[in-house]
Amino acid sequence: MAPWLITAAISVSLLALVPLAFIIWIAVQTGWDTVSALVFRPRVGELLVNTTLLVLLAVPIAIILSVALAWLTERSNLPGARLWAWLCVAPLAIPAFVHSYAWITMVPGLHGLWAGVLVSVIAYFPFLYLPISAALRRLDPALEDAAAALGLGPWRVFWRVVLPQLRLAICGGSLLVGLHLLAEYGLYVFIRFDTFTTAIVDQFQSTFNGPAANMLAGVLVTCCFVLLGLEVLVRGEERYARVGSGAARYQQRANLGRATIPSLLLLLVTTLLALGVPFVTIGRWLAAGGTDVWRFDEIGLALGQTLFLALAGALLATVAAMPMAWISIRAPGPLQRLLEGCNYIVGSLPGVVIALALVTITVRIALPLYQTLFTILVAYALMFLPRALVSLRASIAQAPVELERAASSLGRRPLNALWSTTIRLSAPGAAAGMALVALGIMNELTATQMLAPNGTRTLAMAFWSYSGEIDYASAAPYAFIMVAMSLPLTWLLYVQSKRMAGR
Amino acid sequence: MKYKLSTLVGATAVAIGLIAGPAMAEDAGIIVYNAQHESLAKEWAEGFTKETGIKVTLRNGGDSDFSNQIVAEGTASPADVFLTENSPAMVLVESAGLFAPVDADTMAQVPQDYQAASGKWVGVAARSTVFAYNTTKLKTDQLPKSLLDLADPSWKGRWAASPSGADFQAIVSALLQLKGQAATADWLKAMKTNFTAYKGNSTVMKAVNAGEIEGGVIYHYYYFGDQAKTGENSKNVALHYFKNQDPGAFVSVSGGGVLASSKHPKEAQAFLKFVTGKGGQEVLKNGTSFEYAVGKGAESNPKLVPLVDLQAPKVDATTLNSKKVTDLMTAAGLL
Repeated sequence: MAPWLITAAISVSLLALVPLAFIIWIAVQTGWDTVSALVFRPRVGELLVNTTLLVLLAVPIAIILSVALAWLTERSNLPGARLWAWLCVAPLAIPAFVHSYAWITMVPGLHGLWAGVLVSVIAYFPFLYLPISAALRRLDPALEDAAAALGLGPWRVFWRVVLPQLRLAICGGSLLVGLHLLAEYGLYVFIRFDTFTTAIVDQFQSTFNGPAANMLAGVLVTCCFVLLGLEVLVRGEERYARVGSGAARYQQRANLGRATIPSLLLLLVTTLLALGVPFVTIGRWLAAGGTDVWRFDEIGLALGQTLFLALAGALLATVAAMPMAWISIRAPGPLQRLLEGCNYIVGSLPGVVIALALVTITVRIALPLYQTLFTILVAYALMFLPRALVSLRASIAQAPVELERAASSLGRRPLNALWSTTIRLSAPGAAAGMALVALGIMNELTATQMLAPNGTRTLAMAFWSYSGEIDYASAAPYAFIMVAMSLPLTWLLYVQSKRMAGR
Repeated sequence: MKYKLSTLVGATAVAIGLIAGPAMAEDAGIIVYNAQHESLAKEWAEGFTKETGIKVTLRNGGDSDFSNQIVAEGTASPADVFLTENSPAMVLVESAGLFAPVDADTMAQVPQDYQAASGKWVGVAARSTVFAYNTTKLKTDQLPKSLLDLADPSWKGRWAASPSGADFQAIVSALLQLKGQAATADWLKAMKTNFTAYKGNSTVMKAVNAGEIEGGVIYHYYYFGDQAKTGENSKNVALHYFKNQDPGAFVSVSGGGVLASSKHPKEAQAFLKFVTGKGGQEVLKNGTSFEYAVGKGAESNPKLVPLVDLQAPKVDATTLNSKKVTDLMTAAGLL
């Protein structure tokens, strides 16, 4: 393994740890008395209760919903299962704050915990649906047959054989949903539900980088760690790979019989809530706004800047993930696991925390980097590195090292050999990873607002500024464009998850 | 197909980089940290550019984050001009010694009441505190006589505000100056039990209009702005002016200043001169902002209650303390 690769991987991980180190440094600098006065106060308690209840309610509901939907679309003879499956992924194309914007247009008084739970489940359940349906598709039916042959009825087979095999998918998906719940800002502002993230932004708006904001960030980071730890605990270490020779046969789809209508109804209602409400609202506001809201000069500029940031950020994240992905496939070991862990931890930090750290660091000790394109791209890379890493690793793993060796023995120089084999083979996976990162950047709001260079106005920023002045009609074109640009990317996600399952 | 996809992505990336890269890097002219409403600042910037040919780049944000940001940036701040909605933010930057004196002929365009005695910043517009109420839920005789009445237990659950906004924090800073720290802290504590928090004054008014809440403490122009558009969010709303020199009759001065570290001081001063002069103040009268004009001889929109009739309390805008206010509000659990 080339030493420069290891050096690169280590430096990326060290860079990734900067925001964390920053929070600890600020806490130490602020002094214990101030820290405890800012952390142990009733307001933080309120926020903690809000945030905890939100996670405890929304995650289980999303799990139940996703398992039901995944089973119906993958394992039953539901009419139009493929279409429904795609419709269950599509809500991801709608930024969470657009979901919320749609809901408060439909139900203006909507607010508080239950509103938060409702909109969160609708906005984020696809994160659970995707891995669960992929896992269901891969299950070997032989296990279920064995259980049935031993006398278990269909329900008990599901409980005792199918559900336990979904554990990894459910854990991973829940973690992702939980982290999004902790990090989301716009969604909860619309429905007036205060979480740590909204409170941090409030403090930022009142004091810029005051100690209160940083201490709230510290508590929020602790919450993220608790989630990460919980996931590791619950995940367990059972073996899930199938034993036995040959390929698993195709699963039989269960006959729904009289349950067909209620099942269809469940999917219909979910689709209406998750896709119908946003589309109808955006359509309504577009109709109300007429041609006036299509200010093409403004929209064009925002679109150009958003695309530029999204692509440049995606490129940087992919390049930064490359050494790590390479090492984890070609030379896995304890060092690599440690480094990778660092990246995942930082990837789980809310954008607001990373932005707060970078703002303060650049303004205090790296002023030439302050408010530059470079800094915001670094923030994006840190936030979305795991997305790039996962896709890259999978695609590098699929490129056999033997091809590279063959190319070398046929006389290609090392870099040349690499280029003509592994890099080409892993390009589609890298492109998919880039698309995922770009999707994240396109819909990012808080970090962009805090870090963007002067004169920047992305689609999300424009949407937010108009909806803040309750000019919902002028905000609608921006929502529409964000959704329209994200839809193809979610299609890519859907296709990729199919491919992972080999079907 | 595989190669095509990656080539396509690469080609798009390059193409967009070529188009958007320059768009992000073009000459910025003067940089204005703008905490005023984006639409108003844009009208000012466009009018100024038309008159002088000097380009203006706006960075939009809020009073408090910008004032603290400028202090954190110190002399390295990229900003040339700072525009606010309220004066506490101006005071914060001034006391950090980061403002250059405003040109004398700019100061001469604005009455003494609406500028800093130090000459470091100048008023560009003004706004009045109001109690916006739902006309179907409250009769005129049920309205609070004073802002202080809203701390009374009888008002529990009946009024709203946007405590995270600089607007409301400016009102609290006036209360602090008029009634002192102890009274303000008590009032804030009572507020925490009595009120409902919304984010943004527009949202408060929307909730009042929908009858979610009986009334809210906001500024006057949200109502007039909405009435001028569709009136959809204000058709059940009326404004109550506290008057009688009550803390709730506070008139807040929006300020403008030139940063001492500005790399374009001449252009920055010219911008302030334009904003406080005839051209800039007429935008207030004829535009959609409905804020009060403060320039000498400048008229405000005729739909507004005239400034002189508001019986505002005498508040020294140059000593409003934003840091103390956020500390008190954080202590009361409002932030």
